[in-house]
Order: sequence, then C-alpha cells, then structure tokens
Amino acid sequence: MDFLSILRVAWRALSRNKLRSSLTMLGVIIGVGAVIAMVGVGQGASQAVQQQISAMGSNVVFVSSGTVNRGGLRLGWGQTKSLVYDDMRAIVRECAAVRAAAPGASSAEQVVFGNDNWFTNVQGTEPQYFDIRDWTLAAGVPFTQPDVEAAANVAVIGNTVRQNLFGAADPVGQTIRIKDLPFRVVGVLNAKGQSAHMGQDQDDVIFVPITTLQKKLTGDTWLRFIVVSAVSRQASYAAQQEITALLRDRHRIRPGQDDDFIVRNLADIAQLADESSRVMTLLLASIAGVSLIVGGIGIMNIMLVSVTERTREIGIRMAIGATEDDVQRQFLTEAVVLSLLGGAVGILFGIGSSLLITRLLGWAVVISPAAIAVAALFSGAVGIFFGFYPARKAARLDPIEALRFE
Amino acid sequence: MSTVVQPASPADTSRPTSELIRVEEVHKYYELGETRVHALRGVSVTISRGEFVAIMGASGSGKSTFMNLLGCLDRPSSGRYLLENTDVAQLDKKALAAIRNRKLGFVFQGFNLLSRTTALENVELPTLYAQLNKEERLTRAREALRTVGLEDRMDHFPSQLSGGQQQRVAIARSLVNRPSILLADEPTGNLDSRTSVEIMDVFQQLNDQGLTIVLVTHEPDISRFAKRTLLFRDGKIRRDDPVADRPRAGEVLKALPKLED
Ligand SMILES: Nc1ncnc2c1ncn2[C@@H]1O[C@H](COP(=O)(O)OP(=O)(O)O)[C@@H](O)[C@H]1O
Ligand SMILES: [Mg+2]
Repeated sequence: MDFLSILRVAWRALSRNKLRSSLTMLGVIIGVGAVIAMVGVGQGASQAVQQQISAMGSNVVFVSSGTVNRGGLRLGWGQTKSLVYDDMRAIVRECAAVRAAAPGASSAEQVVFGNDNWFTNVQGTEPQYFDIRDWTLAAGVPFTQPDVEAAANVAVIGNTVRQNLFGAADPVGQTIRIKDLPFRVVGVLNAKGQSAHMGQDQDDVIFVPITTLQKKLTGDTWLRFIVVSAVSRQASYAAQQEITALLRDRHRIRPGQDDDFIVRNLADIAQLADESSRVMTLLLASIAGVSLIVGGIGIMNIMLVSVTERTREIGIRMAIGATEDDVQRQFLTEAVVLSLLGGAVGILFGIGSSLLITRLLGWAVVISPAAIAVAALFSGAVGIFFGFYPARKAARLDPIEALRFE
Repeated sequence: MSTVVQPASPADTSRPTSELIRVEEVHKYYELGETRVHALRGVSVTISRGEFVAIMGASGSGKSTFMNLLGCLDRPSSGRYLLENTDVAQLDKKALAAIRNRKLGFVFQGFNLLSRTTALENVELPTLYAQLNKEERLTRAREALRTVGLEDRMDHFPSQLSGGQQQRVAIARSLVNRPSILLADEPTGNLDSRTSVEIMDVFQQLNDQGLTIVLVTHEPDISRFAKRTLLFRDGKIRRDDPVADRPRAGEVLKALPKLED
C-alpha cells in the first residue's frame, strides 16, 4: 500500500474518534510543550546568569575570607575573620597582574528616611569599587577618597533602596538615618539585578566609606571581601595566583595548610553558575520528558483499544491481501500521526507558554530552535516506540480469528 | 517474487491443462487445550478451471475449515494443497497474502464490508494492496461495480445498502484484482430467498465468463445452481456429484414473485 493511502486511512481512523484522538494527543501536547517551555526557562536563566556575570565588572577577581572545602568552592563567604585593609593595600602594591582593588565589609541595618524605613545591607568600600565593578550611577556622584579618609557620613544607594525609601523623589542631597546616624545621599546607582551565584538582589544595598562603616557601624576592622580588577581578562588567572601566594605569605600559612581566604575569578564563577543552570535545565527537561513518556503511554493505550475494536477490519484486510507488514505499517502510522500532531500543537503550546512565563513572571525564556527540533523528533520517536507494540499485535492477528470477531 | 504465478484473467481459463486446485489427503486438527478436534479427516479433490462447485454438508462438517485452507488463510495439518501447481505449504506469509490478494476472491456470509467507507472505496481496497496506480485502481473498482450492477450506488455507505446490495459490493471487491477463483462461504446465508437467487445469478454469469467458483451452502435450492456438488460429513467428502438439469438463476427469478420496494 502506498504511503499516501496509508496516511489517508490513518487520518480517517483518527478523525472517526475526534474527541478520543484529541485527548490522546493531549499527553504529547503537554509533554512537548513542557519540554520547550522548561528548556526555555533553563536556557533563559543561564543566559541571564551569563549577562549578570559579565555585568559584574571586567576582569574581576573576588577575594573573601573563608576556607576552601576539599570538594570544591564553598559558597558562604566571610565566615572567618582573616582579611584586613592592609591585605588589600598589599595586593595592589605587590601583584603585577592587579590593576586596582577595593575593600568590602558589610552590616545589616535598618535605614530610615522620613516615615519610611528599610532593612538593608550597608557595605563599606572605597570609590574605586564602582569602577572595578563597572557600576555606573543614575544620579549624583560616588563618594570620594577624602570622604573615606574623613570617615564622612555619605552614602551611595542602590536602586532597590531608592525605590523603597524615596519612590519617585530625587534622593540626591537628602539625608537618611542608619543606626540613628545621619548620612547624606550623594549618589544613586543604576540597577544591576540579581547576583549570578546566589540570586540576591544586588541593588538592595547602600555603600558608605569603609572607614565610616568600620568606625561607626560595625566597630571592627575585618574585611569581608576584597574586589580586585586584573589588568586584563587573561591576567585574571595570574592575579588569582599572585594574590593566593601573597595572602598565604602574609597570613603565615604553612605549605599543606588550608587557605583562610578564597580567591575566585570571574571565569570560575561563570563556570559554576553555568554548571548549575545546566543542571537545572536538564532537570526541568527530564521532568517534562516524563510527561512526554506518559503521553506516549496514552497513545499506546488508545492504539491497543483501537486494534481490539478494529479486529474485524484487520481480518478483512488480511483476507483480501494485506500482509503483516501492511497492517503493522498502518497502525504504526496512526500512532505516529497522533504523536506528531500532538508534537506540532505542543510546539505552539510550548512557545505560547514560554511567552506567557516571560510576560507574567518576567523571566527571560529562550525559545530555542534546537529544543523545538528535538521535541518534534522526540514526539515522532514516542509515536514509533509506543505505537510499535499495538501495531505488532495487530499484524500478528490470525485472519480467521479476526474475521470471526464480533 | 518468483513463487507467485501471474494472476490469470477469467478470460484465459479455457486452456487445456485446466487443473486449478489439487487437494491430497488433507487433515486439519485444532488443539483445544487437552482435546483435539479433527475437523478434516483426509480430504482429496481436484477442481479445474471454469468449474462451479457447491460444498454441502451439516454444520460442523468441516466446510469452513476447508474453505479457509483453499483461501490460504490457514494451512493443513497434513496433506498437500496445490494451487495452480504451486505447493502452498512452501510459501511464506507474505507470498500467501499476495495469493489472497491476486488469485483469490473472498465472499463471506456476513458481507464483511468496512463501515463508513463507500461502496467504491470498499471495492478499491484490494487494489491498494496490489500496488496499482490510482487511475487503474478507480477504473477497476468502477468496472467491478458495474459487473455486479451497482454502478449507481458507488458513493453509498454499506449502511445505506440492502443486504443483497452489500453482498454485491463484496462480490465486486472479490473481483477487482481479477482472481482465478472466487471462494464464497455461505454467501446467501443472511439473505432472503429471492435475493439469494439474485446473487446466484451474478455467480452464474461470472462463471459463464470463465471464473472458477467454490461456494459453501447448506441449502439444496442454492447448490443446484452450481455445476458440481461436494457433500461433506465428519470432515470427509462423502459424495461428489455433477448437477443435472442445472437451472438458470435468471430464469428462476422471472418466475419468482417480485418484491415491492
Ligand atoms: N478455530 C477453531 N478451533 C477449534 N475448533 C474449530 C475451529 N474452527 C472450527 N473448529 C471445529 O472444526 C469443526 C468443523 O468446523 P467448520 O469447518 O467451521 O464447520 P462448518 O463450516 O461445516 O460448519 C467443528 O467441530 C468446529 O467446532
Ligand atoms: Mg461454516
């Protein structure tokens, strides 16, 4: 039997039970749609992470206090008190691959402006920090080195803090209170979004001079981290090594002993983030894949029902000359038509839900042609795989028995 | 496929070497759990081209079993079956399907048409498995419907046709690939007596044109339209008689009271 005739017979058999066929396809529709949407969410997240990482600043190397686990990098930083201001000075002075460095320490504080208050992270640093992290200001100016030397009560606020304390009003020149101390707002930062490695809101922050933070807010001299800018992207590995050697020396760590600090460069962080988003994509895709398999089982089920219902038809076809192959091809085609149709609708459904996720949740969702192609192929494969057994069953029927079937 | 002999058209059945079917000492057992049903107990018969054979016998005497063997739907448990000098036992399933498709035509008691499929499409069905092109398929299907007098019912569905008309469609379907033999298992079993005679009229005309017909019936009134009768009893052929004074179904019809419809 030629392919066109097989297709026509398959189409007819399927359209004879429209509701049943549609319900059967629903499983594949949801499966394919879910694969496309989930892979889209995963890839969108990964893309967003990559953007955030490059937004972190050029050639950035992070040094934080803490220890490295044997298994890999530990994410919680600032656990141990080991970094001091002089470490930062030494890094700038002695590491050839380092262009600039800025200190960092922080304290969680209640911040008040007028009747509004906001609980946020107050970070102490120096003016070059904004340059190292490529972080531009939306309004005003950063605080200055003289501000640092004088431990002045000046602040540069992040976008989230601006929104929560000032709404639409202009914060520059206003005075906010941190721990009951008045601080003059000198600058407002542009939004930077969530951080790559921990998903924190990076804009929920207030920057003050490091000296001000240490003397007036925390009362200690430890640094949580040092942000370093290497002279070039290629130099960031060299910088990492120089810093490690320097700090081990300064902290008098003997060979074989663990570091009491962590040095990470952007590439490491990017890789880490990339890996975790790949794992997430895979996880989402496999969950969606399971529903595709469930859809396939639905097809198998309905095909088995159909074979039983049409036993007599199969007998007639065999009696007038259909071979086992003819019958098998017939039912296999029906299963594949079901699953491919489901796949086609599922692709539309997947694209639709991707757009909806972007619209409703604001997530970046990537509609990738590769995912669509894979989903389409997969739905065809599901049809073949789950259609095979019912088709085989139909082909193996004994024509005499089949003709006698009521 | 070399084992499949080219289908003969009904026209060339007057060749002198005219043996079409040779059955030798055929037995058929059915295993039913512990018990074993001996449905055919040594059947031997030859049927030549152009014959019109009626198989008679009580229910359970093995008629359908025998027809299924002739129709290559089943194989004998022992014995030989030669169809056009080919030993069917040597053929694989695919070759048997090809024989059913091209050499044999089936007509059943229950018509066995595909529902929700038009008369024309039902008749076309065997041509689909014969790999004919679309044009040839339609030409043949129309021609076959014309042969059974249903050219004006081509687009009707089986449910829109009377029993006799449905059986004619089934006959047209069995003819469409121009087989050598038409096998009919109680084709008039579901039909009233007048319609039965109408079907026998069709059969007689086809036989006149050279088609070999083997038909099962348990009605003596029907069997007398054939040229030869075989009587089955307990899985054996007990009698093999030529029919004397064979009536023409066409004539009989004229004598029968017309149905008002
Ligand atoms: N598939 C089968 N399995 C078991 N027994 C069968 C089967 N088909 C037929 N028989 C038995 O074989 C015998 C002959 O049956 P059948 O050829 O159908 O008789 P007929 O057509 O003459 O009425 C019967 O006893 C019947 O019960
Ligand atoms: Mg019978």
